[in-house]
Amino acid sequence: MSVEKIPVKKARPNDYTSEHHPVWCPGCGHFFILRALTKALAWLNLDKENIGLVSGIGCSSRLPAYLDVYGFHGVHGRALALASGLKLARPDLTVIAAGGDGDGYSIGGNHFIHACRRNMDITYIVMDNEVYGMTKGQPSPTSDPDWHSKLAPKGTGLARFNPMGIALASGASFIARGFSGDPNGLTKILTEAIEHKGFSLVEIKSPCVTFRPEQKDWHHAMRLMNVTLTANPMEAAQAIYGSDGFDTGIFFQADMPVYEAEAANEKPHSDSASMESIEKALLV
Amino acid sequence: MPNHHQQTVPPRLAVSISGSGGTGAVTVGLILLDAVAKAGFYGNMTRAFGPQIRGGESAVMLHFSDQPIETLAEFSQLHLALDWVKFDRFEDEIPLTADSLVIYENSREKPPGLVENSGATLLGVDLQAIVKTIKGSRINMVALGIVAQQIGLARHFIEAALQKTLGRKGSEVVETSMAAVDAGMALLTDTPLSGLANWQPTHQPRWNMSGNEACGLGTLRGGLKFAAAYPITPATDIVEYLARPLVQMGGNLLIAEDELAAMNMVIGASFGGAPSMTATSGPGLSLMIEAMGLAVAAEIPALVITVMRGGPSTGIPTKSEQSDLNQALYALHGDAPHLVIAPLNIQESVNISQWALALSEALQTLVILVTDQHLGQTRMIMDPVDKLPLTLSRLQPKADPTADTAVHYQRYQITDSGISPMSLPGMGSYQYAAEGLTHTESGLPSSRVQDHAQHLHKRSHKILQFDYGELWAQRLPMANAQHTVITWGSSFEAVKEAVKLLNHRGAAISLIGLRLIMPLQAEALAALTQHQKVLVIEQNDSAQLSHYLLAEKAIPLDSEAYAKPGPLLFKPSDLIRPIQTWMEDRT
Repeated sequence: MSVEKIPVKKARPNDYTSEHHPVWCPGCGHFFILRALTKALAWLNLDKENIGLVSGIGCSSRLPAYLDVYGFHGVHGRALALASGLKLARPDLTVIAAGGDGDGYSIGGNHFIHACRRNMDITYIVMDNEVYGMTKGQPSPTSDPDWHSKLAPKGTGLARFNPMGIALASGASFIARGFSGDPNGLTKILTEAIEHKGFSLVEIKSPCVTFRPEQKDWHHAMRLMNVTLTANPMEAAQAIYGSDGFDTGIFFQADMPVYEAEAANEKPHSDSASMESIEKALLV
Repeated sequence: MPNHHQQTVPPRLAVSISGSGGTGAVTVGLILLDAVAKAGFYGNMTRAFGPQIRGGESAVMLHFSDQPIETLAEFSQLHLALDWVKFDRFEDEIPLTADSLVIYENSREKPPGLVENSGATLLGVDLQAIVKTIKGSRINMVALGIVAQQIGLARHFIEAALQKTLGRKGSEVVETSMAAVDAGMALLTDTPLSGLANWQPTHQPRWNMSGNEACGLGTLRGGLKFAAAYPITPATDIVEYLARPLVQMGGNLLIAEDELAAMNMVIGASFGGAPSMTATSGPGLSLMIEAMGLAVAAEIPALVITVMRGGPSTGIPTKSEQSDLNQALYALHGDAPHLVIAPLNIQESVNISQWALALSEALQTLVILVTDQHLGQTRMIMDPVDKLPLTLSRLQPKADPTADTAVHYQRYQITDSGISPMSLPGMGSYQYAAEGLTHTESGLPSSRVQDHAQHLHKRSHKILQFDYGELWAQRLPMANAQHTVITWGSSFEAVKEAVKLLNHRGAAISLIGLRLIMPLQAEALAALTQHQKVLVIEQNDSAQLSHYLLAEKAIPLDSEAYAKPGPLLFKPSDLIRPIQTWMEDRT
C-alpha cells in the first residue's frame, strides 16, 4: 500500500471525486458514504491510479463512476468475485468492493461467504438500507420481518440476515459497522478497514429516504463508536449477537492468514526458461 | 498444422483392456501408451468408466500406429479382460467382432453372452494363479506382459515406462511388476496380431498429452497469467494441468466458489491486465453466461474454454457430444457479438487455444473455445507443436503521466477498427470505470438511442473487421469436386479419414473443417460452396451447425446434414455409408 511511501503531496478528498453527479435521491445516506470514502483515501494519501473500486448493481453500486479511480460497475451480486480476481492478478492495488444489502447478501451471498473465507486483502463496503431501492422498494435479506411492502404486504416473516455474524463465522479478519450520518466515525472505520491486511467488512447503515422514510429516525437510535475492539472471535460473536444493530465501531480485527498471489512471492526463472521446462515435461 | 504422414488410412492396432474397480486397467493403458511411444510409435487412449466415484469398473481403448492417429478403430483387435464385472457397460465402446481376440482371466467367471456371441476368438488364462507365484504382484501387470507380447513390444520399453509411473514407489515395486510382466510375456508365445514389428519406429521427440493439457499449454504460450475455475467434468483437467506451470510463469489460479464467481474473477483479473481464462462444460457455461455478457459490454478480454459433454442438464458428464454449439453461439442476452472458436483435433488444440487467448486480448472481448470430452480427455502421442508466431496483444494508451488526460481519456472511444486503447490500473491519468450498462465513449452510463446504437455497432464492427487469416478453417479441396463435406471439432478427424478413403476409391469430395465459427466467415464459405452439394456432419441430434450455416447463407439452401447425437465419437467406418448415400442422392 502506498501509505508507506513518503507523501510528496498530501491528497485532498476532492482529488478522488469524478465530475459526475450521483443518481441518488436528495438526502440519501450514500452521499455521506461517498464523502467519507474520499476522506479516508485522502487521509491515507493513496494514488488514485492504484485504487480499484468494484461494484455490482443497485443504487449504491453506482459508486465507482463518482470516484476518479479505476472503477468497475459489473453485474448484480458478483462484485466480490470480480474484486478477488483483480486483487490476485494485481496485488499492488488497493482493492475496494462496494454495494448494497441485496447485492451483497442475497444474490451475492455465496461470494460473500467465500470472500470472507479467503480473507484476501480487500475492503468490502456494504451500504445497507434494508431495501431494494433501484427496483423501487422490495424487502431485502436485512429487512425486518414485519416491514410491509407491495411484494410482501404482510411482511416477509423472515428473520434478518446477520452479515457480521456470517462474516465472523466465515473467516473475515476485520468486521465493523458504521453509520452514514456519522461522517467522522465512518471515515475512521474506512481508513482502518483499508489499512487492515485481510478481508474487511464495513457494514454501513445508510437510510433510504425514498422507500424507507422511517429510517430517518436512525439518527436518534444510533450509539456511535461505542464498540470495544477485540481480536477474540468469541468476544466478537458476543458483541455482534448482543447488538441490536445500532452500535457502531470496529467489532473484530485479527491478524489472520491472507490468501495472496503465489506468483508474486517467488518466480525463480525467466518466462522462456519456465516454458522450456513445462514443455520438456511433455516429452515421451 | 504440420503433418508429414500422408497415407490414406493409417495402419492401426486397436487394443482394449477392461476390469472392475481396483484391477488397474487404466494403469495398464497408461503404461502401454507410454511404452509404445518410447518404442518409437504413436497412439491414442480413450477411457470409459462406470458411474462410481472410485473403484468402479473401467476400460481403456488404445490405438497404436506408426504415425499420429486421432481416430478410433471399427473394432477392438485385442481385448484383455481382467474380469467380466459389468462388462456390458462397455459394449458400445469396445466393439468385438469375429476378427477380435479376447484374452480373459478365467479363474472366476466365464465370458458374458455378448462376448460369446461376437464370434471373437476367446482365450482364457488363469491370471490369479500366476500372481500367486510372484509375491506382491498384481494381475494387471501380468496382463501388461501379455499385451506387450501380443503386439510385439520389447520388454525394456515396458520397464522404462514402469520406472516413470511407479519409480517413486521404490525399486522393489518396479521389480515385482516386471516379474509379473515377464510372466505375462512368457505365457502366450503365439502372436497372431501383425504388430509393431512391421512398422518403422521414429526417433524424433514426441509429446504424451491430452487435449485438455494441450489447451492449457496453448494458453500458457499465449501469455496466460490468470485462471479461475470451478470443478466440472470433463473440463477440470485443464486447470489441474495449469496449477503448477501457471505459477511457474508468474500467473495465478483461483478456485472459485461457483462458475458465476469464476467468470467474474476472470473479468476482474483481466481488467487488471492479466490475460485470463476459465474452463468449464455445458452446465457451468450456463452459469457464466450473464458475466460473459459483461465481458462483451465492458470490452474486457476473456477466454472461456468449454469442454462439451452429453446434455442437456446433467446429461452424460463423462462422454462426448457436440451439442453445446447453440449455447456458445446464442446464450448471451442482448446483441452480444463474441468469438466462438473450435480446434479440429487434439494436436491443434495447442495452437488454437493460443490463438483464442491472443484474439481475446487483441479484440478486447469474450472468446469461447469449444472442445469436447473426446478432444479433451483422449491422451495422445503426438509430434511436438511449434508455437504459433502471433503478435496479437491488447491495445493500450501510450503512457504519459505528465499529461492531464483524466478528463479526456475515453475508454470506449469510437475508432476506425472499433478497438479502443485500454488503460490498466496503475497508469496515472487514465482512470475510468468499466461499465456493463450502455455507456458513452468515456464510460458513463447512458440510455440514449445514439449511444446504444453506436456502441453496439462498435463492438460488432471490431470483430467483423478483423483479419483472421487462414486459420478460420482447415480446407482439404479436391480437384473437380462437386461435393463438399463441412464439419467441426472432434468429428473432423473421423470425417477426414472417411473422405480420404472415399476419394482414394474414386470419389471427389472436398472437406472443410471450421475453426472460427463466430464471426462466421460466411462470404468465404459461400464462395467455396456455391456450386457444391454440401453435407454438414456433426455429433448432435438437432443439426446445430447445419442450421447456423444455412441461416447465415454460408452454404446452399439444398445442403444436408448428417447429425447424430453422442455419446460415441464417430468412427471413420460409421461415416462411409452416410456420405455414399448422400452422394448417390445428390448427383
